Amino acid sequence: MSALRDRLLARWETLLVLLLGAFLVLGTSLSPYFLSASNFSDMTSNLMEKAIMALPLALIIIAGEIDLSVESMAGLSSALLGFVFLLGWPLWIAIPLVLAVGALGGLFNGLLVTRAGLPSLVVTLGTLALYRGLASVVLGPQSVSGWPAWFTNFGFGDVPGTLIPWPFVVFAVLAAAFMFVLHRTWIGRQIFAIGKNKEAARYSGIQVAKVKTLLFVLSGTLSALAGVILTARFSSARADNGQGFVLDVVTATLLGGVNIFGGEGTIAGVVLAVFVIGVLRNGLTLADVSPDTQSVVVGALLIVSVAGPTAVRRIRSAWSSRRFVQSASNR
Amino acid sequence: MVRAVEAAVPSNLAGRIGLERTLALVARLRELGIVLALVAIVLVVAIQAPLFFTVSNFEQILLSVALIAIVAVGQTTVVLTRNVDLSVGSVVGLVAFVTGDLLKEHVVGVPVAILAGCVLGLGLGALNGLIITVGRVPAIVATLGTLNIYRGLAFLIAGGKQVSAIDLPNSYLRIASSSVLGVPTLIVCAVVIAAIAAYLLRYSGTGRQLYAIGSNPAAADVVGIPSQRLVFGAFVLCGLLAGVAGVLWGSRFGTVNASAASGLELQVIAAVVIGGVNIFGGSGTVVGAVLGAVLLGTIQNALTVLHLSQFWLQAIDGAVILLAVGTDAAIRNYFQRILTRTGRR
Repeated sequence: MSALRDRLLARWETLLVLLLGAFLVLGTSLSPYFLSASNFSDMTSNLMEKAIMALPLALIIIAGEIDLSVESMAGLSSALLGFVFLLGWPLWIAIPLVLAVGALGGLFNGLLVTRAGLPSLVVTLGTLALYRGLASVVLGPQSVSGWPAWFTNFGFGDVPGTLIPWPFVVFAVLAAAFMFVLHRTWIGRQIFAIGKNKEAARYSGIQVAKVKTLLFVLSGTLSALAGVILTARFSSARADNGQGFVLDVVTATLLGGVNIFGGEGTIAGVVLAVFVIGVLRNGLTLADVSPDTQSVVVGALLIVSVAGPTAVRRIRSAWSSRRFVQSASNR
Repeated sequence: MVRAVEAAVPSNLAGRIGLERTLALVARLRELGIVLALVAIVLVVAIQAPLFFTVSNFEQILLSVALIAIVAVGQTTVVLTRNVDLSVGSVVGLVAFVTGDLLKEHVVGVPVAILAGCVLGLGLGALNGLIITVGRVPAIVATLGTLNIYRGLAFLIAGGKQVSAIDLPNSYLRIASSSVLGVPTLIVCAVVIAAIAAYLLRYSGTGRQLYAIGSNPAAADVVGIPSQRLVFGAFVLCGLLAGVAGVLWGSRFGTVNASAASGLELQVIAAVVIGGVNIFGGSGTVVGAVLGAVLLGTIQNALTVLHLSQFWLQAIDGAVILLAVGTDAAIRNYFQRILTRTGRR
């Protein structure tokens, strides 16, 4: 059973690689500019905030919950960073402070889900509105600029001598750490166990509430980090930074093969899916499709990435049961 | 089959029925609670700002609540079945724009445009329903997808244009500004829709079946309730009512662009959960949801009257969602604990 599942997952990731290849070919045919190193560098740096948010979200969905508040936490973090920067605080205090607020926001989500027993869907829908609202309370409609050069350079600069954007380095380190923890350690096995069967996990001694709360804290912290990177990349702190990101982040996670009902998924799949969405959006942008209209395609991709595997499973099981009936009647 | 029925009927039947009765009573008290909260807010704000306590201001509040209330009625039927529709804001926006655009370009007359808007809403709701029931996609994923698809379509159709009040025929704009026996038509529409839905959910067989699906899906299957068809129906109804709200939106505001009514879904969901509709499905009333919408609208209006920053609006939407579901969970847990304790004795 487990070998079968591994083979299926392997196949899912193969599918993603094929999809990525297809979009690359499509992009190349759309614009000669598409297949250039600088375009790839730009595309990657545009993606990294969403990619960083998708990593903890993958763990949360594998554990059977969801976090819709990530984009608002990024906005709140950006607004708060701008606010304390205006107060004249140095960034080496401001950034850890913002990350701590992100952790607190995640803790709030986590406690409402695990201690109060509320569904994460409703809790994070509430904090999606709450954190975005607080962001506009903190900063209002203004945008804060005048950031130090090292900070903005971290946002849209490249590692010296290469075309690798700095945020990609952050993402690569995080992705490697997530991959190791989820697939090679007991923590990862606990997360899978919680998502497969919460009760069984609890009876086998896993502290379900604690693990889930920590995952929400992680999600809040990394969403705040994404907000910091967004601020650096745009050289501007705004309350509406990151608005609408939730679609791409959830799509990347589910397209990456994470089961929406929990218990299944790989970081490699999520990383691949992030780039599938990035290449798709980049290609559409080069084809002069506005970002709002691109959402039609990404929204459809989200639905298909959940409906597709379900349909395949149903067809396969219907087919095998028919074969079973036929072989039984032949006998 | 037999084992499934046994599983559906709890061993401590008397205790269970007692619990259900108490929870029903709590739900009724809960509507009273919203009314009391409303009265309290009105009194406090009226003392601070006499301008608040005028007939014209209350009319203003109800006018802004009417559209949200209509959508909240549809959302209630969906939430009762243990689902959620995040796409309602986009449906309202898309329908408002398409209806306005049809009238602006003089493609059709006012009655046909209104009908087209309603049918479009119904179709968008049906697509949601199909993805969820036939495609077996969880409602949250399906409607997060269509939230963006429908909004994207609005941008695609609009292409940067917008519809202004001068482009629209007077007979269309008059729908929102006219009144029936002194009561604004918008409010009449909302009340009639809510009354019909409340009656059907309370007394019709289909209405009761919707509650059954939400409170125990497995038992609903066992007794032969066509769950999938009813969930599909709930989404169709939700889409239709969002379509009606979209048509009225265009009439009320006159100016419609592709981002009209974006974020409305959060206000609608806030209204529904404040109104005591259980987010786990199976309990709650349309009257509660409408009262929830009125409470939310009153708070928003009070902020304006008291000259508090408009930036608080969204934060308040979020806070009341959390407060409402948190309070409900606390009350439910409290009674469950008390009743299971007496049941054991």
